[in-house]
Amino acid sequence: MCLAVPAKIVSLDENREGEVDYLGTRLKANFTLLEEAKPGDWVIVHAGYAISSMDEKEARETLSLLRELAAAQDK
Amino acid sequence: MSARIPYEPPTRIKLRAAAAPNSRAKTGGQGARISLELGSGGRLMRDFLRRHILASFRSPLLRDLPDAAALKAGIAFTTDAYVVDPLFFPGGDIGRLAVNGTVNDLVVSGAVPQSLSLALILEEGLAQDVLKKILSSIKSAAAEACVEIVTGDTKVVRQGQVDKMFIVTSGVGKILARPAPAKVKPGDAVIVTGNLGDHSLAVLLARGDFSLSSKVKSDCAPLRFLLPLWKQGALWMRDITRGGLATILSELAERLPYSVMIEEEKIPLSKPVRAAAELLGVDPLYLACEGRAVLVVPAHKAKTAVKALRRHALGRRAAVIGRVENKVGRPGELLLATLAGGLRRLEPLTSELLPRIC
Amino acid sequence: MKEFRDRKILAGLLRSIRRRAEQLGPPLRMMEVCGTHTMTIHRFGLQPLLEQAGVIMTSGPGCPVCITPDAYHEAAIGLLTGRPNTILATFGDMTRVPTRQGSLQTAIPAPGSRLKIVYSPREALETARQDPGREVVFFGVGFETTIPSIALSIKQAAGESLANFSVLSALWLIPPPLRAILESGELRLQGFLYPGHVSAIIGLRPYAFVAEEFGLAGAVAGFEPADILLAVSSVLDQILRKKPAVANEYGRVVREEGNSRAQAIMEEVLEVKDAYWRGLGLIPRSGLKIGKAFQAWDAEERHGLKLKPESSELPGCRCGEVLRGVLPPPGCGLFGRKCRPESPLGPCMVSLEGACLVYYKYSRK
Repeated sequence: MCLAVPAKIVSLDENREGEVDYLGTRLKANFTLLEEAKPGDWVIVHAGYAISSMDEKEARETLSLLRELAAAQDK
Repeated sequence: MSARIPYEPPTRIKLRAAAAPNSRAKTGGQGARISLELGSGGRLMRDFLRRHILASFRSPLLRDLPDAAALKAGIAFTTDAYVVDPLFFPGGDIGRLAVNGTVNDLVVSGAVPQSLSLALILEEGLAQDVLKKILSSIKSAAAEACVEIVTGDTKVVRQGQVDKMFIVTSGVGKILARPAPAKVKPGDAVIVTGNLGDHSLAVLLARGDFSLSSKVKSDCAPLRFLLPLWKQGALWMRDITRGGLATILSELAERLPYSVMIEEEKIPLSKPVRAAAELLGVDPLYLACEGRAVLVVPAHKAKTAVKALRRHALGRRAAVIGRVENKVGRPGELLLATLAGGLRRLEPLTSELLPRIC
Repeated sequence: MKEFRDRKILAGLLRSIRRRAEQLGPPLRMMEVCGTHTMTIHRFGLQPLLEQAGVIMTSGPGCPVCITPDAYHEAAIGLLTGRPNTILATFGDMTRVPTRQGSLQTAIPAPGSRLKIVYSPREALETARQDPGREVVFFGVGFETTIPSIALSIKQAAGESLANFSVLSALWLIPPPLRAILESGELRLQGFLYPGHVSAIIGLRPYAFVAEEFGLAGAVAGFEPADILLAVSSVLDQILRKKPAVANEYGRVVREEGNSRAQAIMEEVLEVKDAYWRGLGLIPRSGLKIGKAFQAWDAEERHGLKLKPESSELPGCRCGEVLRGVLPPPGCGLFGRKCRPESPLGPCMVSLEGACLVYYKYSRK
């Protein structure tokens, strides 16, 4: 199941176990699959494991693309 | 060391073992045993009720399977069983639930709740402290709901034959108004009194099955503040319990020669429920509450109704979320106008992935 | 992030899709191979909107619960009902799949045994740690999104020498069935939507053959409505420019090379095998099994299970055709009649990502 959401890492210990925060809800997760992940990073968590980190630059680019589209509609 | 409830053999009623091999019943499509899904509040349960309960008991009062029966002499009468697991959860416990659930059934049936009966089924070995806490909770819930516990019963069964504690409450109230779903017409407004799903999520997380934690609290509360609305135009009310808003509203829609349309972006949800919806894949439209109601009022009375609800602490997030329609969809349908601008049909809940929520 | 669901933005994206489709001569047929994509498309009402814009979405074998043959479920049921003091742990959807032995939910457990629904293999591991007297079997099913996590849990169990934990695995790879579908020539497709989170693990390379060998356009898509529409748009762009490729429209999550750590763990713990898919039959090198070094945690080895996946489905069930994309759910005679969510006849009506359940919940006329 691809059910997964972007969440912010709140804590992680030396066993790569920790917690992420999604809209104020805390979720336990394992970060072994993301060697460079650290608190403050945004990651995708699936079935209790973080599988990918969110690239902020890319996210912002997609967002501004969508916002441009919205602006173009108003013309 | 806390005292434990001792087991005493019952003097009157013969005990029947909970899982006796010959206590089978026919269910829809699943063979000859009662399945968990029958208690879910959804379509399977309703089919079961029609096939077994209505077929066995012929009172005309039962026909529409109302939450409370309107007896002669202007009294409404209702009953409910409570098997919530765990017994204690953020925002409430089984005792508070048992009072408010029955109080609310009376309120939404147009009656002023007055008196409750309280039957307790206790598991041998239950800590007396736990019982004391629950009784205390029942006491304060009754005071808050302005009802009296006037009669009751207590049974103790052997360890394992019940899970800690089950409660059955029945309630009577004086009929104030008669719900009039037959008077519902196109344009009438559909209103919910607050955020959906908080109770279900609180109970779910309290089970500790998930590696999830949040600040969500059960919404378990008495809905007495809805009573004045019966005199201010309300045509129909239901408390949003098992099956969630979608199931409850589809039961109304099915009886109408119109459709009912609600708008996804207008549904009030707390942040924890929004998060859980994405994280666990649960749909808030199907999550039970224990202190929220959905009502239908004529269009021109909707604004006043919402204002009245918002004046009360339990109704701060009350909102119009939709209306009765005759230009969209087919009669009997419940429709959702989605965030993306599409329209889809909402079906009543069929199977329950969250047992023992209430 | 609200922009991803903004009605105006979505309307704008749909308009640009329509313009492109009109230039190409609608309708254009695309396949999505991810159950969560199917869910997003229908939940937000995008199917009819896309059809109006000239694009018909077909759902393919994107639901791991659905493509797992009954033999695996029956093996799990056999363990639960036949083996005392066993905890069969699995994801919720798996417990309702109907087989000739009933489902995991309706099965009567052996003495001391029970079914436990978990959301993560971690929970199954924790159960084994906390209950050393019982045997825990995790029935793990998934595509590449879930496979690394399952592999990791096996590795963790091995590292702790956890003696009472094993995995009954049904692990499936996404790219091979794409090849099988294209080689069968059954469908006339113009493009693919590639799964977002599978791609986060495997990267873009594994799909290259679709463009290079079959000349079909494709784009990796995210899971918000805007993500789906951006990807559809990108596929149409590729077709217009006659440059089929593997576009990445989920760049904020998917890297071209994927997640190398996850890939490494998969390689360490698992081995490729030929696998039999519901509806698609035997596809070479399309599944994964637990490697010899970790045999002790392989439930098939440990419990002597002999799976015969080819012997299977409930009669009359057409899930196989639905999974191949040749039969839309409403085209199945049982859909909405004998086969409904409360009385499912096949996994496509059970799983939250099954095409039939998705259609039934969101798009039934």
